[in-house]
Amino acid sequence: MDWSGAITNGIISALGPVAIAYAVSAIGLNLQFGFTGLLNFGHVAFMMVGAYGTAATVEAGGSLWLGIGVGILAAVVLGLLLGLPTLRLRADYLAITTIAAAETLRLLVRSPVTRSVTGGVFGIQGFAEEFHALNPFGASTGYAIGPLVVSGRRLFVMIVGWTVVLILALIVRRLVKSPWGRLLKAIREDEDATRSLGKNVFVAKLQALALGGALASVGGVLLAIEQQNVSPDSFLPQVTFIIYVVVILGGAGTIWGPMLGAVIFQFFFYFVDSVMRQAQANVSWVGAILDSAGAAQIRFVLVGLGLMALLVFRPQGMLGSRREALVDG
Amino acid sequence: MADGAAALTGVAPRPGVAKPDPILVVEGVTRSFGGLQAVDVSHLEVQRNTVTALIGPNGAGKTTLFNLLTGFDQADSGSWSLNGGPIVGIPAYQVARRGMVRTFQLTRALPRLTVLDNVVLADPHNPGESLWRALIGGWRRGEEEATVKAKALLERFGLEHMADEYAGSLSGGQRKLLELARAMMVEPELIMLDEPMAGINPALTQQLLTHITGLRDEGKTVIFVEHDMDVVQEISDWVVVLAEGQVIAEGTPSSIAGNPDVIEAYLGAHRGKAVEDE
Amino acid sequence: MPGTVRIRAFALIALFSGLILQALPAVAQEQAIGGTLSQRAEEGEDPVPVEGVVITVTQDGNEVGSATTDAEGNWTVPVPAPGDYDVALDASTLPPGVTLSDPERSELTDINVRPGQTRRVIFQLGGGGAGGTSTWDRVASLVVVGLKLGAIIALSSVGLSLIFGVTGLVNFSHAELVTLGAFIAYVFHAGGPRWPLVVAALPAVLFGVTFGWGQEKVLWGPLRRRGMGVLTMMVVSIGLGFALRFLILAFFGGLPRAYPDFASQGAVAFLGFSVVPKHVVAIVAALVILGGVGLFLERTLAGTALRAVRDNPDLAESSGIAVDRVVALTWALGAGLAAIGGVFFGVTESVQWSMGFDLLLLMFAAVVLGGLGTAYGAMLGGFVVGISVEMSTLFFPNELKNAVGLVLLIIMLIWRPQGLLGVRERIG
Repeated sequence: MDWSGAITNGIISALGPVAIAYAVSAIGLNLQFGFTGLLNFGHVAFMMVGAYGTAATVEAGGSLWLGIGVGILAAVVLGLLLGLPTLRLRADYLAITTIAAAETLRLLVRSPVTRSVTGGVFGIQGFAEEFHALNPFGASTGYAIGPLVVSGRRLFVMIVGWTVVLILALIVRRLVKSPWGRLLKAIREDEDATRSLGKNVFVAKLQALALGGALASVGGVLLAIEQQNVSPDSFLPQVTFIIYVVVILGGAGTIWGPMLGAVIFQFFFYFVDSVMRQAQANVSWVGAILDSAGAAQIRFVLVGLGLMALLVFRPQGMLGSRREALVDG
Repeated sequence: MADGAAALTGVAPRPGVAKPDPILVVEGVTRSFGGLQAVDVSHLEVQRNTVTALIGPNGAGKTTLFNLLTGFDQADSGSWSLNGGPIVGIPAYQVARRGMVRTFQLTRALPRLTVLDNVVLADPHNPGESLWRALIGGWRRGEEEATVKAKALLERFGLEHMADEYAGSLSGGQRKLLELARAMMVEPELIMLDEPMAGINPALTQQLLTHITGLRDEGKTVIFVEHDMDVVQEISDWVVVLAEGQVIAEGTPSSIAGNPDVIEAYLGAHRGKAVEDE
Repeated sequence: MPGTVRIRAFALIALFSGLILQALPAVAQEQAIGGTLSQRAEEGEDPVPVEGVVITVTQDGNEVGSATTDAEGNWTVPVPAPGDYDVALDASTLPPGVTLSDPERSELTDINVRPGQTRRVIFQLGGGGAGGTSTWDRVASLVVVGLKLGAIIALSSVGLSLIFGVTGLVNFSHAELVTLGAFIAYVFHAGGPRWPLVVAALPAVLFGVTFGWGQEKVLWGPLRRRGMGVLTMMVVSIGLGFALRFLILAFFGGLPRAYPDFASQGAVAFLGFSVVPKHVVAIVAALVILGGVGLFLERTLAGTALRAVRDNPDLAESSGIAVDRVVALTWALGAGLAAIGGVFFGVTESVQWSMGFDLLLLMFAAVVLGGLGTAYGAMLGGFVVGISVEMSTLFFPNELKNAVGLVLLIIMLIWRPQGLLGVRERIG
């Protein structure tokens, strides 16, 4: 079995554009789930809205930069729309509504009804020339560090992407260390108690949901720009749950957890994929029970099992404090 | 005895009686759950600057009445006012801001916040709680002022040595004290305590009682739910008895002790059907 | 077919590999699959277009799109890339008297589409005179279809609601209990034993009951006793659902399967409107089972205990009810019902890895509509949602019908969050 190939694959993915998109989205989900305790099970919708807002604006004749603004704004609006009817109610209603809304929105985007704007099942391609034109590295030049080879195009995306991640993480750090951040944590701990102390819990939750959504939309925008492509099947429900794993793996309610979680997750996701592919092809008993397409699904099974195992055995993740996790309610 | 309590001498001990200087006036409040009439209070006034005890058998509707008055539940009908201003249908957080703060029967410490943060959070004036100010800055002074105020309260309630611990690591009695400190941080006029003595060890009871009468002595009004009649006799200026949602008696502690309606309500409830716990 | 495998991998990992997507041409060429559905009543006569028939295009089990034939019988489904697709005609949407000439050919597999091509596909129709379908006929048959969907939702979501009622957990893996039920029945019906479906449904239900009971014993009960919060448990449940869903996909593949005995049953005329027999059977059977659930809850000791725990667990416990046993019973009952729901769903639609998840939105809409925690609420909500969803196709495109569930859900949350049959909860 080619272990070094699997590891190389993992490392390239761990630093690549998808990891960046996960990190940004996870920063947003962490604000909602980790700090405020909001169960948003439709996080992928915010990424989708960001990506489509950008692509559709360019398609309609706007500039890419305007498009990014439209995408982020659309995510804020989506957050408000989902939050207004649900955030006065018990926490599970938000979870139910967001998971339902995300999939409905995706089906709407891919339906012929909206095709003139969203491109239906085809999606929209080739809208980010303005970004790639700024690339100083030369799109087709290869850059190598040891066995890791990346194109100039990818290198540019990675540098811009991780810079954005860093800036957003610092902004969130500033926010959660403020009295506003303390208010969010208080809501996470006990909503009614916080309300009894004269705090407008509803508005704070709405802010966290919308702001977290806006952050997720930036993740969607980065991914769309890198791929020069948006399509509805990039925003399947599983993305939301991957982001949950990323947040909890890194440490929910920590500043740097989402970034670390994204890198580690993406590494293992690709590592497992390489291993499973090879095992399916070369190990006879694996090949006997799984076809190659089935083998590719095993990593998703592990995502689900990993999410459960983390919550049961290490809820504080990698960066969370053991002491904090042990405090009883 | 505080001024408000002194003014109660001469007020007739009958349900719904008018008080000389009421801070809270309740009129015709009802709330039912399914077929069960949980609260049906036709008239109730609470005298300013007193410790008023709210007693009654399990299921009498005490907690439900608290929930209704503080905006945590919605009444089917009725009106009530604080300092003459109606506060019906106002969200819970605004009720607190208008000066009526409640605690919960089961303590609601915010476990993964430090004790100090629990109290600082309750400050009603902290500018940094606006998202915008949190982003652009300029909230440090307000935070420092709130911290000074919070530390003074922690000292008053004997929790200063725990300031940097997580609230989740406090004992039951310490949590009760924390809730008192937190409630005081909101700068209320009226504090509603739902069973403040429940589940704490006897050694702490006396300390807690002293704190409660201390609140009255500095001009606050306290309403508290309690089961222990000794406690009620010791610290309250006025007692309101609730049974099956209705005010069946009120008066000074001594006048309540021998009231046959009250005895009947307690014994009746104990003899009769099992009543749903609140 | 290595080509198919590659394309499938592409569809599934599109998001996860920027590299593959970069290889795409900057502007995709447009291709589609389409056709004109018509029927020739007799030799030599002009063909009569057939309207309102649903045709679905899939690729390796993932739906690419669907279309409903218009007044001229035309339909088109755009497809994202050249490649092989499967095209299925939903025989239950054919007007009465119209049948497929060859019932085995309701699904045409491996239709190859070249770049930029609009591939024409022909379904041969036979049977008697089609005649025109009046709006009334369509309404009537949509009511039947709606009742059928409602019955499936009701069966599947009673457990979701009751489990919430007794434990406070909204179980997001409930969807997979539906899917597993459908698959277990499929294995015994279409696989080795080749049992009739009614018999094959028994192991499915047995599995559901055991799996639900086992989950409570091995997973949820211990987590509750460790003091895990209910919100964290919801995230655990979504992890479990996710793992199960992809496990089913890994071992059964993505192709939708039909129970052979019911593969392409057409509509028949009944009292003047068109119904599909298996739909009627599903409705009647579901009503009988739901009635049984009602009797169980009202008339048996166990049912009474279940309601007592739901209404007030502490009081129930202090009255000597073994709460843990009641909770386990609720899991067993709820999961068993979900498995039956899955079998019915498989009979009337198809057996597919994502079927439960697709139904989840409608189940949520149903339980919120009826009142989270109540059994009768879930039943009522199920039928309301089922009928609303199907009736919406009179006004909106077929693809948007599930959005009706979301709209109902949100209206309900604004208007009456405790649901039609729920009671406002007590605080404190």
